[in-house]
Amino acid sequence: MADPASIPPVAVPRAVSGPLGAIAFRLSTAVPGIMSAGIEKGELVVRATRHRLLELMTMLRDDPRYACQQVMDICGVDFPERAERFDVVYNLLSVTHNHRIRVIVTTDETSPVPSVHQLWPAATWWERECYDLFGVLFTDQPDLRRILTDYGFEGHPLRKDFPLTGYVELHYDEERRQVVYGPVDLVQDFRNFDFESPWEGILTLPGDEKAHADRQDMKRQG
Amino acid sequence: MSDVTLRSDTDIPDSMLPEDHDGEVKRHVVEIDSHALNFGPQHPSAHGVLRLVLEMEGEVVARAIPHVGLLHRGTEKLIEYKTYPKALPYFDRLDYVSPMCEEQAFALAVEKLLNIEAPERAKWIRVMFAEITRILNHILNLTSFGLDCGALTPALWGYEEREKLIEFYEAASGARFHANYVRPGGVARDLPAGLEERIADWARTFPRWIDDLESLLTSNRIWKQRTVGIGVFTTEQALAWGFSGPCLRASGVPWDLRRSQPYDNYDKVEFNVPVGRQGDCYDRYLIRVAEMRESVKIINQCLEQIRPGPVKIRDHKITPPPRREMKRSMEALIHHFKLFTEGYHVPPGATYTVTETPKGEFGVYLVADGSNRPYRCKIRPTGFSHLQAIDEMSRRHMLADAVAIIGSLDLVFGEIDR
Repeated sequence: MADPASIPPVAVPRAVSGPLGAIAFRLSTAVPGIMSAGIEKGELVVRATRHRLLELMTMLRDDPRYACQQVMDICGVDFPERAERFDVVYNLLSVTHNHRIRVIVTTDETSPVPSVHQLWPAATWWERECYDLFGVLFTDQPDLRRILTDYGFEGHPLRKDFPLTGYVELHYDEERRQVVYGPVDLVQDFRNFDFESPWEGILTLPGDEKAHADRQDMKRQG
Repeated sequence: MSDVTLRSDTDIPDSMLPEDHDGEVKRHVVEIDSHALNFGPQHPSAHGVLRLVLEMEGEVVARAIPHVGLLHRGTEKLIEYKTYPKALPYFDRLDYVSPMCEEQAFALAVEKLLNIEAPERAKWIRVMFAEITRILNHILNLTSFGLDCGALTPALWGYEEREKLIEFYEAASGARFHANYVRPGGVARDLPAGLEERIADWARTFPRWIDDLESLLTSNRIWKQRTVGIGVFTTEQALAWGFSGPCLRASGVPWDLRRSQPYDNYDKVEFNVPVGRQGDCYDRYLIRVAEMRESVKIINQCLEQIRPGPVKIRDHKITPPPRREMKRSMEALIHHFKLFTEGYHVPPGATYTVTETPKGEFGVYLVADGSNRPYRCKIRPTGFSHLQAIDEMSRRHMLADAVAIIGSLDLVFGEIDR
């Protein structure tokens, strides 16, 4: 549970316009537990704290101003370099107001996120998927089993530190006359090309910092 | 009673003996335990690799527990290791019955992050092929749904009609199924000469085919007995369970992303959104039939309004230069090489972009970090939510009704399992 004192102050959204902007403004100023709410690429994004999530979600569903009848998608995103490495992203949809609200909370491997399956029964499988692929835990979720990976699978494959090739592979064992797991055996090493082009990857050539800064200024002014 | 005794009575358990009406009436209490029935993963009416564990009480489904993931190929993980152009073909392989609609969702998501817009002609081509895809999908779904309920002829007729549509696919993209045609910044190439006329000819004859299909099913007594009142989902249930597309509309919600959140050129075409009232399997069937008629209307409007012009944006850092130019211009050659090795860099940002695919809302939550590969590409499959509700939908139905419900939900495991 995050210490309320450590929560950064509420950021008032910069671009407030249209009905979505009005919602963003209302959410960011009047609702506790919201760290920021704003329009990003035309979509309403709300960043909230984990321990007030259930309150917020209940309000987003039941308040007629938001009326998000549907949770269309719950997914995880992994940022291993952060202290709380996972984003859990809820994409809510209101079919009466024709708007979408995206709620994002952060968590790590051990801190559970409150489950929203009592608000939307559809959330169960999305939360199971998020647990399966990322290892995010959900409290009050009675059915937190793996869903997409194999029975008895170990690890959480969509974490950034899980290798693309995995650790085990299946093959048919002639002697035992069954399909068995074995350690993964690559005929060719996994190739991961670095496509950072020297012309675009390095924006500032050594010794060229001043000219680069000037260019950036010119770009900003148009 | 015959005089010949085949077996002595001692071999037969008491419960199997006929009641002795002359003497005392014997009463037997027979207890039937609910037992689990494994439906799939190789059952033809499981529409792929669905493993459904049905807890039966006699012939009645007490509980249905779907096991998914048998076709999980790690698409989302693979996409994180591919450049944006290379990630696109994975979308064909998700819902392999409606490939171009999925491509469109990814293309729109990338376009949104790149802040570009496809040219007008490309948008018309996208809309037209999205509707062709819709018909392609609905034909397969409706006819195989019929097959599940014992109607063989629709499937035979449907495959012929699908073949014509797949030929349009082939003419436009070169591939019958895995098109890789709708790309960020437009479409892969222009339509070949004469294809528009062929599509127009087909669109003239197709409504008659729908009439034929309806004559086989819509008022068919057996079909109605198998579908009317089966798998009823109320509006509240459908919303709570995250339904979308025809399944949501069958439950009485007038919701169509093509109408409410239009993308490409859907705001420039006129069409009706069919809405059901009962939310049963029959309504879901009727909605799809009506949608096919609307799709033909949209295709005709596309053919009327489509004009010659470029089919992809001219920025050759995002779309490949024409072959002809590559033979002459060094710059074009470099662009081509860079595009197909490095791809393009997408500025940091995130978007949840949705399209109305034939099955419902197909979403792509794309997180870009400024490199040439998606940081995270979450695919929101349509069938996932629909399948999840199967327990509630098929509870207290007969086993055969569970088959009809699966057919009416239009499940494809390529996208559910990803």
